[in-house]
Amino acid sequence: MIILTVDGRSIQAPAGSSVLSACLFADIFIPHLCWLESDTVADAPAACRLCFVEIDGFSEPVTACTVTVENGMMVHTDTEAVRSLQKTALKLLLSVHKVDCKNCPADKACSLQDIAKFLGIGLGCKPFERVLKELDVDSRHPAFDYYPNRCVLCGLCVRICRDRHEQPMLSFAGRGFNTVVGYFAETSDTDPDCLSCRGCLDVCPTGALVEKSQV
Amino acid sequence: MNPLSSEDLANIEVLKKQIKDAPKGRGQLIPLLQMAQNILGYLPDKALSLVADYLSINRSDVYGVASFYNQFRFNPPGKNPVKVCMGTACHVRGGEIILENFERKLEIKEGDTTEDREFSIERVACVGCCALAPVALVGETLHGHMAPSKVEGLVLRVQLEREKAEREAGNS
Repeated sequence: MIILTVDGRSIQAPAGSSVLSACLFADIFIPHLCWLESDTVADAPAACRLCFVEIDGFSEPVTACTVTVENGMMVHTDTEAVRSLQKTALKLLLSVHKVDCKNCPADKACSLQDIAKFLGIGLGCKPFERVLKELDVDSRHPAFDYYPNRCVLCGLCVRICRDRHEQPMLSFAGRGFNTVVGYFAETSDTDPDCLSCRGCLDVCPTGALVEKSQV
Repeated sequence: MNPLSSEDLANIEVLKKQIKDAPKGRGQLIPLLQMAQNILGYLPDKALSLVADYLSINRSDVYGVASFYNQFRFNPPGKNPVKVCMGTACHVRGGEIILENFERKLEIKEGDTTEDREFSIERVACVGCCALAPVALVGETLHGHMAPSKVEGLVLRVQLEREKAEREAGNS
């Protein structure tokens, strides 16, 4: 076991684990969207840019998911620099997000809402301009409808699909602001494994994937 | 999604033959996608699967890569591709309006193809004759000083020519 200090509190974590998982395990919340519990330091994508912390010895804030715990490490999760980075990152995500919580099935069970509340900011994106995608919903997938303007492109669904299926059907498609979670299947007959898996639906932190109602 | 035409199906057979001699490896993905598009004119799902399976790469990965690059298209090009110039000069002279007129007239969006595969609309950067702005290409023919009223005429002309050709083919 490794012993480190987070915000003045001494916590224990297994060797090799990330600062993020150590903190979450000790009930110290650090905002995060793209991290899976099974992620090691090496395969954490560090894509959402939310899990910043400051660690003594590092000149700048670092992503907690990509740093391995060490004995005697001094971690600060609540500094001005960290909060400022997190607020900016969240606002950038919200700038491409259609904030319409009342009509969103993820209302009150949404990571964006939780993180905004935690950081004490609203769901606005000032000073950034809001840029939405033209396509509101993509219904091609057999199990769910995809709402590009609710998606934060955390990649969790793509990764889950890849882990669980030999022939995954999800990938990122497009580029830049037009990036979406793309679905590719040559034939329309659905793999029964896909319908029973629900991995992508369970892992989505927002309301971007909505299960098709069973007909 | 456009259904495969008989020509597409024949082209897919050509692709199947040619792909057999191609080298393997992840690095061959883009060359093979280019080869497929050269043969077919676009990348239908069937072509993506063929390339993916040949290289043993996930089909969805192949789709992800292909969708990243502008050079790959997923809908068939029309027999009369309409290219509307969006270069600086054409932009200033209202190229956007010309594009919109084509879209409305053909009832498709930029990047799409009409159901009969007669027309497709694309936006292009400068075609090199800014003095004639705004400019549109229909097939290989360049039309300068475009105006909304000309759009109607151009589309009509192509349709009339097609009807004429069909009549002549019927007579002989």
